[in-house]
Order: sequence, then structure tokens, then C-alpha cells
Amino acid sequence: MAVSAAAATGSQYLWFLSRGSGLVLLVLFSVVVVLGVATRTGSAPRRWPRFAVAELHRTLSLFAVALLALHVVTAILDPFVTIGWAATVLPFASPYRTLAIGLGTLAVDLGGAVVVTSLARQRLGQRAWRAVHWLAYLAWPAAFLHSLTAGNDLGIWWVALIEVASAAAVATAVLARLFDRGREGPPAPGPGPRRPPADDPRHAARPTARAA
Amino acid sequence: MNTLDSGQRLVRGAADVQAGRFPRLLPERFGAGPAGLEDHVARYGRLPRGWDGYWREELIAEVGRAGLTGRGGAGFPTARKLAAVAAGRDVPVVIANGTEGEPASAKDKVLLACAPHLVLDGAVLAAGMVGARQAIVVAHDAVREVVHGAAAERRRARLDQVKVKVMTGADRFVGGEASALVNWVAHGVPLPTASPPRIFESGLHGRPTLVQNVETLAHLALIARWGARWFRSLGTPAEPGSMLVTVVGAVRQPGVREVEIGTPVGDVLGLAGGPAAPLGALLIGGYFGTWADPAVAGPLPLSAEGLLAIGGSPGAGLVAALPADVCGLAETARVARYLADESAGQCGPCVFGLGSIAGALADLATGRSYEPARLRRWMAQAEGRGACHHPDGAVRMVRSALAVFGEEIDRHAQGWCCGRRPAGVLPVPLRGTP
Amino acid sequence: MITGHRLRVDPIACDGRGLCAEVLPEMITLDDWGFPVLRDAEVPPGLLDEAAEAVRLCPRLALRLDHPPGTPGAPRRRTG
Repeated sequence: MAVSAAAATGSQYLWFLSRGSGLVLLVLFSVVVVLGVATRTGSAPRRWPRFAVAELHRTLSLFAVALLALHVVTAILDPFVTIGWAATVLPFASPYRTLAIGLGTLAVDLGGAVVVTSLARQRLGQRAWRAVHWLAYLAWPAAFLHSLTAGNDLGIWWVALIEVASAAAVATAVLARLFDRGREGPPAPGPGPRRPPADDPRHAARPTARAA
Repeated sequence: MNTLDSGQRLVRGAADVQAGRFPRLLPERFGAGPAGLEDHVARYGRLPRGWDGYWREELIAEVGRAGLTGRGGAGFPTARKLAAVAAGRDVPVVIANGTEGEPASAKDKVLLACAPHLVLDGAVLAAGMVGARQAIVVAHDAVREVVHGAAAERRRARLDQVKVKVMTGADRFVGGEASALVNWVAHGVPLPTASPPRIFESGLHGRPTLVQNVETLAHLALIARWGARWFRSLGTPAEPGSMLVTVVGAVRQPGVREVEIGTPVGDVLGLAGGPAAPLGALLIGGYFGTWADPAVAGPLPLSAEGLLAIGGSPGAGLVAALPADVCGLAETARVARYLADESAGQCGPCVFGLGSIAGALADLATGRSYEPARLRRWMAQAEGRGACHHPDGAVRMVRSALAVFGEEIDRHAQGWCCGRRPAGVLPVPLRGTP
Repeated sequence: MITGHRLRVDPIACDGRGLCAEVLPEMITLDDWGFPVLRDAEVPPGLLDEAAEAVRLCPRLALRLDHPPGTPGAPRRRTG
């Protein structure tokens, strides 16, 4: 009797840890995405050095990886749900809430690729790194949908608030990224040269472009 | 195949040209169309053949003794380039640069239009000298048909032991830059690439690549026939030979002429009929060249050594004469704007630097504003910080303008016009127009 | 003392983000348009670590550190 009660409390801790770490992870991941966009577009507050924004983006994502390990392990060790170790890397391999957990696995796979390539960026080169890094824009929605469907806590008001705030922050960042008219990389092969954007504040005023 | 009609037959044969008389590259008379293979051989004789190693080295040494330098603008010693490419680790390839992106210059087009076989001789010869199996001739669109025709003629006659391929050049100023040319041939993208590795080590498809201006190759074809001593019978000891120049602007007979290197600039203008009006300034070299006072430049020899006095060089062989009643600042501003627009757009200091400089010059030319310290700072910041020398050349041209047009600057800076008409003497074509 | 380590910017890759100038102001300043100006390519011994940091931080991998021939690769990284 006492043993099973203890076992029950023990596994409850696992469940709390898993849900709690999941929520913190959502916040972390969202902040990482916002910081990533801020690094790219240079839209962080002017007083923040750009290298600090870049380093924070990096540090937080590595911390998130550590927390992710906790989140995944506690979820799998939890005796009340059968997820199975395969589901850590294989999406939709969990008998319990297959879709919900699968989305989480997808986020782990995509996010993992992003992190690994970023750590090896200097060896991989800019193009390869950049191509994989775009997967972050798929990883976050997967993680977000996982957070909505894999837990039961949306009824709690502050959980819902965190979900909404995270989505709002990332949506704003994505829009900022899409509309960023900052200087892009080398121009694609084409008939003409890349023009610096007319409204880049650092660019001196010049006559309007001549007719093509 | 074109032949000259009897009234304009070339009476001078190889012996006459070899004797050092003029012209060497250009025909006696213009307007007869391109010289076909038969007439080419009648005038110059056949190209010597033989591809063994000793012959290659000996020929490169002869080119070195001749002192031939590149006629594309940079003036690099040709023998050194040949030796560097020949020493490469892979089978090299030769690219003949006939794109002539410089809008005011016409010498390469005229050379290809009149003597395509001389250029092709040079390209094939250069390929033999470096051990390449292919020579790619990239020609300006205006002369593609002539060059294609000449190459086809040679194929029918089974003349060459290397494959000759003819391509059209990109319609871009920067398309003639060596790495941009390689990029164009390889990928259809006329944009310069970052410098290491250098083209003579790893260029087209990673092979050692020889990029040579078509005029240089034409001279090469003649050196192979008649040797270094003959080549040196014209020109100066430091800069031997002849060169093609394009004379434009306020002269009576603008066009392309062949001159002995070291000919005084005033005489070069004379060959083009002399000034058609009192001259205000000369632009020597090309759009990367140097503005000069005609009184100062007139007696100077058209050579690198001679033009040092005005901080210039023969460059791409352009001599543009600006009449005294045209505003030199306005012309400079127009050319600067053109060069800024023709930037490949890959490097910030070039795109933004030349853009800012062009804007500042436009403001100066219209009397709106002038901030000399800021302009000088921008010029210093644009120089030497691009992947190619486009910004450097533009800044050099602007710097010479600021030195030569001092009086005009003073008046414009005070808001006065210099009283001259801002006509467009120098061509600054819009993209897509010839 | 000449270390033989030289910094250089790939002007085509560089996009003027400016992180390098923040981390290595002793060697890199920004021009009027935000692009790096390298006063002198030669890296003094005291700045080797900062130079390696700047190379790592560049979002476009446009900053390169060339090592003198014979040295086995990257300078040691400072921890922390």
C-alpha cells in the first residue's frame, strides 16, 4: 500500500516535471526564435550590442537543449503513459497520443538538426548552415502544436496566457523577418545588380533609379 | 567568306607589315568588312605550328623579350601570365576577352570586326603555349556574327589543333572583369568572385585559366610570327609595340586608331582629325581613367611612364575630348552614377560607397551642395574594399576630376553654375541599350 | 611582435552586420555604411582570442583568420 502510494507520488513528480519543463521550453524556444530574428534584422534595442543578442540566442538554445533532455526523459519514464524510447526520434511512434507526441518528436528532430549544424557552422560553411537553419520555422510550430495537444493544462489561465503570448511573440518576429528589407545575401543570378533598398537608413539619399 | 573588292585590295603583304610599318592590327582601309581567312593569310602569313614543350617555353620567353603587356587596361606582363597558367596543376583553359564593357571604347569591337582571324590566331596560340585544349572567345554582341563566322571558317579549313568556342559577352560594365568573365562563361552570371584562389591557379571549372584581352592576343599572334625584335621596333623601350585607341568626343573624326605607344596625346587627337572645338578637358584611359587639362596632357606620351605626370595610364586606350563649353563636373557626375549603377552589387563599400559618391557629385554638379571632407572620406572608404577593382577605378576617376575641375568646383560649390551646358558627351547607356 | 595571424574580410559575404566591430574594436571600425574597415590585417598577440571570437560570431562567416604556415589551426579559445 505504502509502496504503491510512494510509486504514485513519484510518478506524479515525473508528470509535473515533464509538463513544467515543457511549458518553460515553449517560452524558451519562443524567445530563441525572437532573438534569432533580432540578430538577423538588427532590430534589437539600439543599446544592445548585436553580438550580445547573437550570443544570447545561442546560449538560450543550448540551455533549451539541456531542458529538452529533461522534458523528454521524464515523459518517457512516466509509468502512467506509454510513449516508448523510439518516439524520442521517430515521429508518430508513440502509442499514447500519437499525433501530439509525434509533433513534439518532429520539433526535436528539426530543432536538433538546427542546433547540430549551428555548432558545426564554421566547418559546414554558410550555405549549408543557412539551408538547415530555416527549419527552425518549422520546428517552432511543431513544438507549439505539441504544447497545445500533448498536455491537459489549457484550462489553467496562466498556461493559456503563456501559449497566447508565445504565439504572439513568434508571429510578430516572423512578420518582422518577412518584411525585413535589410540587405540580403549575394544576388541570385539575373540580368541586373542588386539595388540597396531605398529606405535603408544608412544609405545616403540618391536620385531615383533610372528606367530599366 | 568575305573578300575585298578590287578597288580596296590589300596591296601590302606580310613582308610590309613585318617591316614595322603601320598599321599592324588594323586594316589599311576601313569599311571593307572583316578579313576572311584567305586575306588574313595573304597579309600576315600562316601561324607557325608545333606544340612541343620546348617550343612552348621558348615562345613564352620570346613574348617576355618582346615586353608585351595586357591591352585590357591593367597592363600586366603577358609572358608572366602565360608562364603562371602553364605551370598550373591541371589542364588550363584560355578565355579571350572581347566583351568591351567600357561603353566609350570601341577598339576591341573594331579589331574583332576587321581582323577576327588575328585574334583567333592569338587565342589558339595562347592555348598552345599554356597547354590548353580549348580557347573560348567571349565577344561583344555587336560582333558575335563576325567572330562566329571566322571560327566556322577555321573549322572548315581544319586550321586549329585546339577547340575554339565563341560566346557572347554579358551586357554589363563589370562583365569584362576577369573573374566575372569566368563566372559568366561557367554559370551565366557576370559577377566577380572573391579572390583566393587566383584565376591563373583555379578559374573556369577549377582549371588554371588565362584571361587575355583580344588586342593582346592579336599582338601575340604577330610576335609568334616575327619575334620580339620586330615587336620592339615600335613604341618605347619600357613599353614596346603599338596599341589601339578609341578617340571620342570633340574631335573631327572620332574612332579607333592604332598608334605607337609613346605617341604624344596631342598627336593622337590629331590622328582623329584634331579638336572640333576648343577643349576643356581630356579623359584618358577609360571610365576608370584620369581627367586631364589638355594643355598639360597634350605633349605627354601616351604610355604608362608618360602619363605618370598626371597620375594616369593608357588604360583601355580611351581618349575622350570634352569641349570647353561642356561642364566637366556634370560629365563626371554622369559617369560616376553609371559606374555606381553598374556595380555588381555584392560588396557594401562599392554599392553604398559609389552610390553616395555619385549622389554627392550630382549635388555638386547641380550646385545644390558640396561637402568636400565627406566626399573625400567616402572615396577613401570605397577604395580597396571590394572584391574587384570596380570601386577603385571609379574613385580614381573621381579623384582626378576633383583635381582638374577645381575652378568649376569653386563656382558650383557657391551655388553658381559654371556657365557651361551640361550636355552628355560620354556615353552612359541604360541597361539593354547598345 | 608579429604573430603571422592575419584577419581578412570576404567583401562579398560581408553584409555589414557589425558584430565584428563590437567584439574587436581595436582592429575593426565601421565605415559610413556599417561595413568593417580593417586598419591592419596583422593580429597582435594579445588580441588573438578576440579575433577568433569575432570570426566565430560573424553571422555570414565573412571574417577569416589566416594562420601563419606551420601552425596547427585555430588559436586556443578562452573559456567562460
